[in-house]
Amino acid sequence: MNNLHLVDLTSGEVKMEPIRKGFGRGLLEAGKINDQVVALCADLTGSTQISLFAEAFPERFIEVGVAEQNLVTVAAGLAAMGKIPFTSSYAAFSPGRNWEQFKTTACINNQPVKIVGSHAGLYTGPDGATHQMLEDIALMRCLPNNVVVVPCDSVEAEKATLALAADKRPGYIRLARDSSAVLTTDKTPFEIGKAQVFSEGSDVTIVACGTMVYQALQAAEQLFLDGIDAEVINMSTIKPFDAVTLIQSARKTGAVITVEEAQINGGLGSAVAEALGEEFPVPLKRMGVKDRFGESGTADELLNHFGLTSSHIAIQAHAIVKNK
Amino acid sequence: MAKNYTSKKRTIEDLELIATKIREDIIKSLEKAGSGHSAGPLGLADIFTALYFDIMKHDPKDPTWDQRDIFILSNGHCAPVLYTTLAHAGYFEIAELSTLRKFGSRLQGHPERERLPGIETTSGPLGCGLSQAAGMALAMKINKDYHRWIYCTLGDGEQNEGNVWEAAMLIAKYNLHNVIAITDRNNIQIDGTTEHVMPLEDLRAKWESFGWHVIDINGNDIDSIIDATAMARSIVEKPVMILAHTIPGKGVDFMEGDYHWHGIPVGIEDVAGAPPKNEQAKSALHQLRTLEGKIRSEHE
Ligand SMILES: Cc1ncc(C[n+]2csc(CCOP(=O)(O)OP(=O)(O)O)c2C)c(N)n1
Ligand SMILES: [Mg+2]
Repeated sequence: MNNLHLVDLTSGEVKMEPIRKGFGRGLLEAGKINDQVVALCADLTGSTQISLFAEAFPERFIEVGVAEQNLVTVAAGLAAMGKIPFTSSYAAFSPGRNWEQFKTTACINNQPVKIVGSHAGLYTGPDGATHQMLEDIALMRCLPNNVVVVPCDSVEAEKATLALAADKRPGYIRLARDSSAVLTTDKTPFEIGKAQVFSEGSDVTIVACGTMVYQALQAAEQLFLDGIDAEVINMSTIKPFDAVTLIQSARKTGAVITVEEAQINGGLGSAVAEALGEEFPVPLKRMGVKDRFGESGTADELLNHFGLTSSHIAIQAHAIVKNK
Repeated sequence: MAKNYTSKKRTIEDLELIATKIREDIIKSLEKAGSGHSAGPLGLADIFTALYFDIMKHDPKDPTWDQRDIFILSNGHCAPVLYTTLAHAGYFEIAELSTLRKFGSRLQGHPERERLPGIETTSGPLGCGLSQAAGMALAMKINKDYHRWIYCTLGDGEQNEGNVWEAAMLIAKYNLHNVIAITDRNNIQIDGTTEHVMPLEDLRAKWESFGWHVIDINGNDIDSIIDATAMARSIVEKPVMILAHTIPGKGVDFMEGDYHWHGIPVGIEDVAGAPPKNEQAKSALHQLRTLEGKIRSEHE
């Protein structure tokens, strides 16, 4: 379809798969490539998909029990001895509970401890507010040395995991529980720190990450029929932030919308606002969860409730283009 | 003003019937929800029945009564047993249990204080309940409020969390003996048995060495639960930890003792040793209604 080898979403059934599955496959692969890769889990082996690695390399897998602070600090010890530890739990608890430990022992030490935050965002569904991590992007983005990746689908998650395993810095990867659309293919390139224009346009730029990239692409289809030419950027790395790709696009379109399945304060939208504000101010609309906690429901009900579907994005695009 | 909360003294048989009804409603509401935790809540039904129908001083019609005893569910994923018990006690309509985990429901996947009367604190993320019990007990001490008790249930796997032991030290330091902690010692957590995932034994010795008085009981025996809490209230030299040995999934033969049922309801997957998924609810409810013929049931 294009040089990024994306899935053609307009033809036939869209394949659905939980993003966390791609992580599971990626870590298994990373374990085969590099015997320094180790994995740790806090009593959530199956649901975080770290079980694939645990079964293949039992001698390189450590179960710490329900103890997220121990999880990252033990990992920091392993990293200090040359290992590349991947630690998994739900994002609500890691980094939700162990942020300071991660800051001090992984980030200030600049050790390659990787936090895998599964069940982040609204795709966590019926478990409710306590388990729907919406603050993780903000929390992780402000830490020096740390790499923050929010893959848009399971296939990108697999590549991002491999990339993080080969990266010497601390890192965070955000995963979702429920199935979401698969947009990319094995051939789609992925590079830490590089945003990708998934769909070109000239009227408005929609910057999205994670599951929201699919919604943004759907919105672009809808907008095309309405005569609005939207550009969609997959900002899968939040840190280091690819301001170059963003500003190039903003120069062309003159209006930007950000969409994330996370708190509106401090996340992707904030990163975009900071970059545009300092370098190339244009009209901007940030879409996300607006300073509220999540709640129980299906992912679809919640996306609709928080105004994060493709139709909501299209409405915002119309408004911003009209007022340009 | 004192309330006549014990006006209805119930027999153990009556309490057992209530526990059975609570178990049935746990199964039904989880089946309707399509997700959620089965094993812990079923194992805890006897403890909750004893607490809310015999032990605690509380008023369902006045959930914020300033002389009530306080209950904290530190193991928040066991919300189904708390919701079902609160409904049966009269905090809200039993019919509302069918909204569990649904969009717009007050019965969130994990309990939230701001949403439902009778919920003293939000929980789900493990390891935080006992510290909050400590804070409440400290406030009562400052306020010279000496006639209230704080009951706090914790999971056993939950005790992997360091936060639990930070609370244990502090409660012993200030001898906050109106905190009565109850461990759901069911030997399971998510990734397997507790002794496999992260060995807890000698759990009694651990709590004792942290300065607590420990009482071991059969946590599925209502009489023992009532007895142990009465004893706990009379012990003032130390805070008390009741190690309640329970059977996870209690009352449903294919769930009992099997950690696979930690976090799933009936009806969503085929589990080895259990009936096919579309027959799990029926089988579970049938067993509960008769408790294999051991308990009389209004459905008989
Ligand atoms: C801080 C935190 N980490 C992880 C979890 C996920 N989790 C929910 S229940 C559970 C197992 C707890 O075991 P236990 O306390 O024994 O409860 P049981 O399985 O017996 O109901 C885990 C790890 C959580 N809720 N909170
Ligand atoms: Mg347990």
